[in-house]
Amino acid sequence: MALLVVKDVHTYYGKIHALKGLSLTVDEGEIVTLIGANGAGKTTTLRTISGVLKPRDGSVEFDNEDLASFRAHEIVYKGVSMVPEGRGIFSRLTVFENLDLGAYHRDDDDGIKQDFEKVYSLFPRLYERRKQVAGTLSGGEQQMLATGRALMARPRLMLMDEPSMGLAPILVESIFDTIHEINQEGTTILLVEQNAHMALQVAHRGYVLQTGEIVLHDSAESLRENEMVKKAYLGME
Amino acid sequence: MTSVSEPAPKSNRSFNLTSAQRSRIFLNIIGIVILVLLVWRIYIVAVDRAYPIQYWAFQVINGLVLGGVYSLIALGYTLVYGILFMINFAHGEVMMMGGFAGFFTLQLMNSLGWSDGTPLQSAATVFFAILAGMIVSVLTGITLERLAYRPLRGAPRLVPLISAIGASFFLQYTALLLFGAIPHNYNKPSIISGGISVGDTGIFISYTGAFIFVAGILLMMGLFFIVQRTKLGRAMRALAEDKETAALMGIDVDKVIVLTFALGSALAGAGGVMLGFHNTVMRFNTGFIPGLKAFTAAVLGGIGNIRGAMFGSILLGVLEALGPSALGLPTEYKDVIAFSILVLVLVFRPTGLLGEVLSEKKA
Ligand SMILES: Nc1ncnc2c1ncn2[C@@H]1O[C@H](COP(=O)(O)OP(=O)(O)OP(=O)(O)O)[C@@H](O)[C@H]1O
Ligand SMILES: [Mg+2]
Repeated sequence: MALLVVKDVHTYYGKIHALKGLSLTVDEGEIVTLIGANGAGKTTTLRTISGVLKPRDGSVEFDNEDLASFRAHEIVYKGVSMVPEGRGIFSRLTVFENLDLGAYHRDDDDGIKQDFEKVYSLFPRLYERRKQVAGTLSGGEQQMLATGRALMARPRLMLMDEPSMGLAPILVESIFDTIHEINQEGTTILLVEQNAHMALQVAHRGYVLQTGEIVLHDSAESLRENEMVKKAYLGME
Repeated sequence: MTSVSEPAPKSNRSFNLTSAQRSRIFLNIIGIVILVLLVWRIYIVAVDRAYPIQYWAFQVINGLVLGGVYSLIALGYTLVYGILFMINFAHGEVMMMGGFAGFFTLQLMNSLGWSDGTPLQSAATVFFAILAGMIVSVLTGITLERLAYRPLRGAPRLVPLISAIGASFFLQYTALLLFGAIPHNYNKPSIISGGISVGDTGIFISYTGAFIFVAGILLMMGLFFIVQRTKLGRAMRALAEDKETAALMGIDVDKVIVLTFALGSALAGAGGVMLGFHNTVMRFNTGFIPGLKAFTAAVLGGIGNIRGAMFGSILLGVLEALGPSALGLPTEYKDVIAFSILVLVLVFRPTGLLGEVLSEKKA
């Protein structure tokens, strides 16, 4: 069953036509990856889904509901949370305060407590650093924080924008392990990546985005074997 | 060919200062000269006049009270700046509106006989005057946000600033039209009239001053609690760092901005009534100079910084009270002193005394 349906979306930045009729779907329980070069429109796609940007044309439906009339914070209530590009942690707030903000709209105290425990067991490092100001965390720890914070919303769909960016190879491995684990526990994930190699290993399906348009979409397996993808995104001849 | 590291270019290096470094040094020299002149002047005056200690104590107390009022107003500038990076230049007028609400409440309570009634009635009068001031200022502040600032969000930073200056004049002349140009005398309730002498030191503390100082501190502690300890405060701090990400946390950005204006205006309203008690009059332009002073105080402490606003206000209040006597100038020069401080801070330490360097991302 399709949880997210993006239909023929056109998004602009002023006169810049960033998304030119983009369509994609994400089914409940899937990991779907969106790969593409710099400036292809990956971040714009996620910002359009999350309601920060409104498409000029086309529609975004989540759980069979059109999101057009909802503002960004209301879309969070519906069950969509985001790990933003560059992590977007609040550097002057503590680790605990950052995580707690992830659950800002919730008032089920018991559930929030459970999720804190879940996040801390997923990232024991965050528990050790919970009273520390988030700006002093290392890059890898900040990525854990951004991921943990998105989980604190108890999302049905998690949007992740280049979680592996700027991390050492060993950390990249562990981030993708975590993505797999989160998905196993029932969260649907739309993953934007430039690291197509890793993304196509963890994802079920993938879309290839070029200058605002989907040029290819298929199962992750087939994409890994696709000549064009191999050449352009996997660095293979 | 291998003589690249000859001593000749090396010895030149210390003269190759960038222009920024040169102007920095130039500024420091000017700063030191100004400081020396000030100290010299204070020394001369101190020897020459030799005021008694009671006089200085009186001035310090006066400065603390004034500083308390300034900080209630300065906090509004700093809260709004911390979140929207805009100077709400109409904030002094927001305070003035609260001051008038306090005036009319006092009139009403006086006609009921509460103002000088039992201690409880008199205390209630003070309470209701401040409450009315806070309510009217909050209404003024959030209306301003809705009509004059929100439509301009995302415009270049100069645009809302101009709108704020326009709003400031609009409110002043609205008050002129409604209340006329005559000064309205504040009816001081009996409970805060008079004062006590401290032993036989000759130091006198007025009840009004003591009340303003204590109530001001309580209100600020309340604000501090809200910002540091509550969910709203956490949302405000998140918003100050990054609005888009805050929205992605499920924070209703518009609502938090309105509440920020409401908080700042509430403090200004209380400050307006207290200023009325302190100065005993209220006029249509009463908000202007104290507004600028509070702005100065916020800049002095480091705009956007709550502790800085409190510290800057107290410091400014005391400097303004002591300054004229210490420098041997007539008291009318206190405004000159306050605004000279503003200029000096902007030139020598634009981030303020407790200020941090703002990151570009936030602008
Ligand atoms: N705020 C903005 N204003 C104007 N143009 C923008 C803005 N943000 C993005 N763009 C433009 O929209 C296009 C898509 O940008 P987007 O950030 O979505 O790319 P991306 O695929 O996420 O790239 P990257 O891999 O570098 O993050 C680019 O041409 C970019 O220059
Ligand atoms: Mg991007």
